[in-house]
Amino acid sequence: MPPATKPQAAPSLLALRGVSKSFPNGTLALSNLNFDVRAGEFLCLLGPSGCGKSTALRIIAGLSPPSQGSVEWPAHGMATDQTNRIGFVFQEPTLMPWASVFDNAALPLVLKGTAGETTAKRVNAALDRVGLEKFAQVFPRELSGGMRMRVSIARALVTEPQLLLMDEPFAALDEITRFKLNNDLLQVWQATGTTVVFVTHSVFESVYLSSRILVMSPRPGRVAAELAIDAPYPRDQNFRTSAEYAAYSRRASTALAQAMADDKPAGDRA
Amino acid sequence: MNAARTSQEWRDRVLRIALPILVLALVLLIWEVIVRINRIPPYVLPGPGLILATLVDDWELLSQSLVVTLATTVEGFLLAAFGGVGLALLFNQSRLLEYSLYPYAVILQVTPIVAIAPLLLIYLPQPLAVLACAWIVAFFPVLANTTLGLHSVDRNLSDLFTLYGASRRQVLWHLKLPSALPYILGGLQIAGGLSLIGAVVAEIAAGSAGAGSGLAYRIAESGYRLNIPRMFAALLLLSVAGIAIFYALSFVNHLALRRWHESALSREA
Repeated sequence: MPPATKPQAAPSLLALRGVSKSFPNGTLALSNLNFDVRAGEFLCLLGPSGCGKSTALRIIAGLSPPSQGSVEWPAHGMATDQTNRIGFVFQEPTLMPWASVFDNAALPLVLKGTAGETTAKRVNAALDRVGLEKFAQVFPRELSGGMRMRVSIARALVTEPQLLLMDEPFAALDEITRFKLNNDLLQVWQATGTTVVFVTHSVFESVYLSSRILVMSPRPGRVAAELAIDAPYPRDQNFRTSAEYAAYSRRASTALAQAMADDKPAGDRA
Repeated sequence: MNAARTSQEWRDRVLRIALPILVLALVLLIWEVIVRINRIPPYVLPGPGLILATLVDDWELLSQSLVVTLATTVEGFLLAAFGGVGLALLFNQSRLLEYSLYPYAVILQVTPIVAIAPLLLIYLPQPLAVLACAWIVAFFPVLANTTLGLHSVDRNLSDLFTLYGASRRQVLWHLKLPSALPYILGGLQIAGGLSLIGAVVAEIAAGSAGAGSGLAYRIAESGYRLNIPRMFAALLLLSVAGIAIFYALSFVNHLALRRWHESALSREA
């Protein structure tokens, strides 16, 4: 898939149509969610905790069925087998502690039963992308938090997915590490041309990374606002300190504040 | 700084070995002195020297008994290991089977083995009954720990396996078993000691029925004959066997987990 230079004009890779999710305990986590994910874009779901953004991500991944509505993949019909198309990065690195970095990154290929030599090549390429080529034989326990998250990203990239789903992957990292990983993630995104849906509760992270932000409001989770971030890529430290970035951040903050203002009765429960 | 720390560590290690040995030597010395000063006869309380001499004199008899008891223990342990892990795997794959059988595994465990042994001796040939006792006490911790381990899989990792379309066998082999390994090894470590206990209990029960040649039988037999030094010598061998089993299993544990599990890593790593 070629990198999309103009995500706005790109066709939609997948679409959520009237997706609702209620849990057995009666909580309505998502209510009538409608949005498209366009091929090649970097889409952020921004919202306070409890707004169902992680639930939306799990529904897109097929890990949790929607109570109502559907997730449609226009290019693939309604096929349910998305195993080749999706990479998932969790909030924690979620590595197998008993396996080396190489074996962890190779897991998706091993589970698919792909043959040996190409596997090694693809795993090494994925590790190379996240700067871990020298750590292939190291165990997760010996790595820092940021490096473990890199392994997790390499594992998600190893199948060369069309869609990379990331659930607050950098929330637990310190700011310096987070900025570094933000930059590296943007590089990977541009180099691979994959589509990213990135869940975060950080206004500044979402503005820095994404080409489009969906602001979500809680109880029940729904899309409250949409914000296009038209600043050109590649983005770097200059963008982070620019007036343009500040202006976008202000707009995103305002949108988020409005989204949360609708939620007065339970606002303190978040 | 670094050198200071390693020398500190080294001193710590020496102390950890030297201190218990010192305590042992002191206790043995006091024991010997008390026995000699009070002229306690050996059929009441033999001194450590006499016990050691008995151990050497009766070595042929005692070592044969040791081999018998150890063989039963190892067989019981292996049966418990394979039986416990195997049953836990079956339970994990079939909930119906777990619901049907788990309560009986618990009943088998909570009924005191001393009470079961005489019954087993009636229905089974003696060596088989002893083995059955060793197995009954040893297998439950393996079953319980493995069951716990198979249930303690990281939820996100489990989701990841679902996402990549892993088969049941792949989930078991690549996720559940490795996750459960520390628990299984913990269960095995308990099972090793219990297997010895089970064998000894059954031998004592069998011994009073007049059969058997294991170490526990030697203890019972020596008791009837008031051969107290030999009782102590046999007891000493049993202790040493228990310690050897414990450390052998600890070593296996360490080998299997040293690269990745928290329990096997030093704090500095």
